Amino acid sequence: MFDDLRDLYQEVILDHGRKPRNFRRLEDADRSARGDNPMCGDRLELYLKLAPDGSIADAAFQGRGCAISTASASLMTETVKGKSAGQAHALAERFRELAMTGTCPDCGTDLAEEMERLQPLSGVHEFPSRVKCATLAWHTLNAALEGAKEASSE
Amino acid sequence: MSFDIQCIRQDFPILQQQIRGKPLVFLDSGASAQKPRAVIDAMVRCMEERYANVHRGAYFLSEAATEAYEAARGAVARFINAADPREVIFTPNSTAAINLVAHSWGRGVLRPGQAVLISEMEHHANLVPWQMLRDEGRGIELRVARVTDAGELDLEDVAAKLADGKVGLVAITHMSNVLGTVTPAERLVRMAHDAGAKILFDGSQAAVHRRVDMQALGADFYAFTGHKLYGPTGIGVLWARLEHQERMPPFLGGGDMIAMVTIDRTEWAAPPAKFEAGTPPIIEAVGLHAAVDYVSAIGMPAVEAHERRLVDHAMRRLSDIESLGLLGRAQDRGGVFAFSLDNAHPHDLATLLDRAGIAVRAGRHCAEPLHTRFGMEGGTVRASFGLYTTEGEIDYLAEALSKAREFFA
Ligand SMILES: Cc1ncc(COP(=O)(O)O)c(C=O)c1O
Repeated sequence: MFDDLRDLYQEVILDHGRKPRNFRRLEDADRSARGDNPMCGDRLELYLKLAPDGSIADAAFQGRGCAISTASASLMTETVKGKSAGQAHALAERFRELAMTGTCPDCGTDLAEEMERLQPLSGVHEFPSRVKCATLAWHTLNAALEGAKEASSE
Repeated sequence: MSFDIQCIRQDFPILQQQIRGKPLVFLDSGASAQKPRAVIDAMVRCMEERYANVHRGAYFLSEAATEAYEAARGAVARFINAADPREVIFTPNSTAAINLVAHSWGRGVLRPGQAVLISEMEHHANLVPWQMLRDEGRGIELRVARVTDAGELDLEDVAAKLADGKVGLVAITHMSNVLGTVTPAERLVRMAHDAGAKILFDGSQAAVHRRVDMQALGADFYAFTGHKLYGPTGIGVLWARLEHQERMPPFLGGGDMIAMVTIDRTEWAAPPAKFEAGTPPIIEAVGLHAAVDYVSAIGMPAVEAHERRLVDHAMRRLSDIESLGLLGRAQDRGGVFAFSLDNAHPHDLATLLDRAGIAVRAGRHCAEPLHTRFGMEGGTVRASFGLYTTEGEIDYLAEALSKAREFFA
């Protein structure tokens, strides 16, 4: 009945949705921000630990959400560890493109490997009402890096 | 006319189509219902043959349109057994109808020190306007009656909150759009009136599922919305007793709501025109007229009986699904079922069901406090029925839900 949904719910997504990585509170976080999707009630709290050079030493999150938003947050925390703020913003921008269009023409260059890991989420572009689920964590990441406390993907 | 479901389904053009290669199973009528051919045709005919602005032109078409608009008022009045068509005020939707009471009656008639009593199961449309009124510094209090674990209105709590006589208005849903609970309206009217309060019902859901009778009910205000009643969007109804309308200041000012205007001063038109400023929803009124004629021809008792069968069937089928959590188990309920499935988030579930051609709603259905009350902040999936819903569709939903459990297992 749902076979054609395997593009959206790839094994990686179901796995990260069920068992999110870095799903904890970072007690000594330097930055944190809350992401809210008031439409569906998804909510997450993102924690970042920064290294002396400003790069992301550790990232973790907590919250509640659908498989897509949880998997996206989980994959994001894995991907941004060790990245500079600039790289993280760039990833956020490319991920948005990927989620909205299913492709990312500029992804072939520097952060190619990271984008490859996020590729399983590209299927959401066919589900306009679900794109926000995938991008919530990334909006929250941008907010945290900019020192804001809240992000909303309305 | 007898209740022949296959015939009825033929009346709804949209139900004949396939969605993603599968027959459409539309289980979101609680959000907005589909439209029968009779409504569609009536609106097209109005635009093709009988359209002009109302109450304004002394020419054939304008007179015909005015007649059609007022005929719609009469049809709605008969549908709810109002004592007088002037008790029917056309508004854009239920939300506007409730806001009209809050703005006009709430600001014009309620006094400092008085309270408005709502319940935990209100749609935001019957919550936010009262919060706004409370927060204006007029000394109006907002009280909230509790809902029991079974999803019924806690009548003892209602009585307790009415006891000091300070409640000026009870504003309560006649049927919850999440729990399906039908509230004991007659009893609530007596309780409110005994405590010296007026009573407004949010009948957005109830008016679709039950015969509502204004003369028998004896309430003060009753709000409902055309698009859930198989009519078009853009038109709703506030039924209000004339004596209340007389005391209510106008809400919106403009054309059509005046009797006499000089540059300094205006005399208001008589009710209900006083509350219908500007060009009204003329085509929509014609559509709503056709909609109430359509359901009246089937007969509300037949609609209600069909729905009871669906509710019983859905109760059985949904209870069979392991780890499905149903919100609310009221004795008296309509065809609205909100639920969660242990391992699937409502949004994932709705996406899956969509692939099976099933349209349901996921989220908190404009009733956030109620979801919080039941510890379901993440929302629920809601399946809601219309008069065209079949038992077969409910079986198909149940089958899809079981498969969805496996999918996320
Ligand atoms: C119980 C209830 N009240 C109010 C409304 C608001 O209706 P409308 O959006 O047409 O104003 C709805 C519909 O969403 C409802 O179910």
